[in-house]
Amino acid sequence: MWSLCFSGAMAVITTTGLARTFTSARGPVEAVRGIDLTVRRGEILGFLGPNGAGKTTTLRMLTTLLTPTGGSATVAGCDLVTDPAGVRRGSGYVAQSGGVDPSVSVREELITQGRLYRLTKAAAADRAAELAHDLGLTDLLEHRTAALSGGQRRRLDLALGLTHRPEVLFLDEPTTGLDPGSRAALWELVRRIRAEHGTTVFLTTHYLDEADALADRLVIVDQGVVVAEGTPDALKRAHAGSADASLQDAFLAITGRGTAPQDEAPLAV
Amino acid sequence: MSPSRPVPLSSALSGFLSDTALIFGRYARQTLRSRLQMLFGLLMPLLYLLFFGPLLTGLRLGPSGTSSWQSLVPGLLLQLGLFGAAFCGFGILIEKQYGVVERMRVTPVSRPALLLGRVLRDTAVLVLQSGLLVAAAVAMGLRAPLPGILIGFVFVAVLTVALASLSYALALKVSTPQEFAPVVNAVTLPSMLLSGLLLPMALGPVWLDALSHVMPLRYLVDAVRAAFAGDYTAPAMLHGVLAALALAAVSVVLCGRAFRKTAA
Repeated sequence: MWSLCFSGAMAVITTTGLARTFTSARGPVEAVRGIDLTVRRGEILGFLGPNGAGKTTTLRMLTTLLTPTGGSATVAGCDLVTDPAGVRRGSGYVAQSGGVDPSVSVREELITQGRLYRLTKAAAADRAAELAHDLGLTDLLEHRTAALSGGQRRRLDLALGLTHRPEVLFLDEPTTGLDPGSRAALWELVRRIRAEHGTTVFLTTHYLDEADALADRLVIVDQGVVVAEGTPDALKRAHAGSADASLQDAFLAITGRGTAPQDEAPLAV
Repeated sequence: MSPSRPVPLSSALSGFLSDTALIFGRYARQTLRSRLQMLFGLLMPLLYLLFFGPLLTGLRLGPSGTSSWQSLVPGLLLQLGLFGAAFCGFGILIEKQYGVVERMRVTPVSRPALLLGRVLRDTAVLVLQSGLLVAAAVAMGLRAPLPGILIGFVFVAVLTVALASLSYALALKVSTPQEFAPVVNAVTLPSMLLSGLLLPMALGPVWLDALSHVMPLRYLVDAVRAAFAGDYTAPAMLHGVLAALALAAVSVVLCGRAFRKTAA
């Protein structure tokens, strides 16, 4: 897509003191107190933290859904505050809830998405066919989205997020609720998207095995600030004693808490 | 930091119009898929027409020379608009849960088009339902001039634009149907009773008639009754037009603000 913003050769996302304070009946609540991070081009970044750490708020700011109350950020080379339209053109977002209407067919959702990104009717139809082919949805095009399995739904959500060939793809807990086979398939798909298109992937997850398997680098947030960052191995060495330790141990050492109740986390695949 | 890109006005306008058409088409298809729902919307005014209308046939409700149907059907038309439009926000509440609203908001689609496309669909549906209601009323015995009936449809359309916008604004603010429905009920029922939708307010005691003058909807009903009586130059017509336009303007501004705020 066309964009007049230029991202640096290395950094696709940079944030400086990015903050969001909500006003509540009991006074201001600092959900995000100042996030500084850099995401490099082509990187898969895992964004982790305990519940309430500010993950979702940060993600909502980076995707232009929420206006920051402090700090600044650029995404795909565009300033978050002064050029949200540029950020929208340069990035794709796959929310945890996906975002498809159960009564609409797969084909119609794909074409509508192309049209929302201002493609012509013909171009949107072509792009829908291309995405369906790439993501293994061709045989499902005439199905209503309600008829898709969890894994198929997730592939459709990804296709919608990739419609405009974004530089950056934001994934919010992409495998929550999927069975182990579908999770492994989705991880493989995310790796393939990065390999084929050089897409930078920014993903939040509750699952440490997912972060360990998929992310090149992790950023761990707690109470609205970044508390640790590095490759999974580096974090394990620094915080849990050795690279053979579990990421769970490193995570507990950093935050003093787990990401989610243990029984919620599926077994590693 | 990159400066905001100036967008040429003509391309911004054509983007807005094509986005509006896109959103209208998406929701029009959604309506066509659930035709049953369209009939359900008609059920309440149709029941009033069938089981309440005949009670009034012996009464003199409007100016001499007019039938009671010419007083009742305008009220039922605006009742259809009132209840039909006020609950439009339900659609967006459900879509919020599916994540459809956010999915659209992270695209470059025009924010006002997200609203206008929906409101135009709602208007088309309610005007169509109005046509069905009037056809049923004619079968029951309504006789009214065609221009008057068409004016009635225009009032339904303006009322729908106003109330559907307010309903969407409310739906954006709350997060569950449990918060949404009581507010809508608290507004619609008094609106219906205090604007004389079923029986002209002039029949009531002075205090009730006076109270009804603070309801914008009352002026719309009186105007449509005048239109159905063929009295297009009545003062009630002018008041109705002014009230309808004022209501629509205030509602669209309020809703536009709500959409921009949440849409950031």
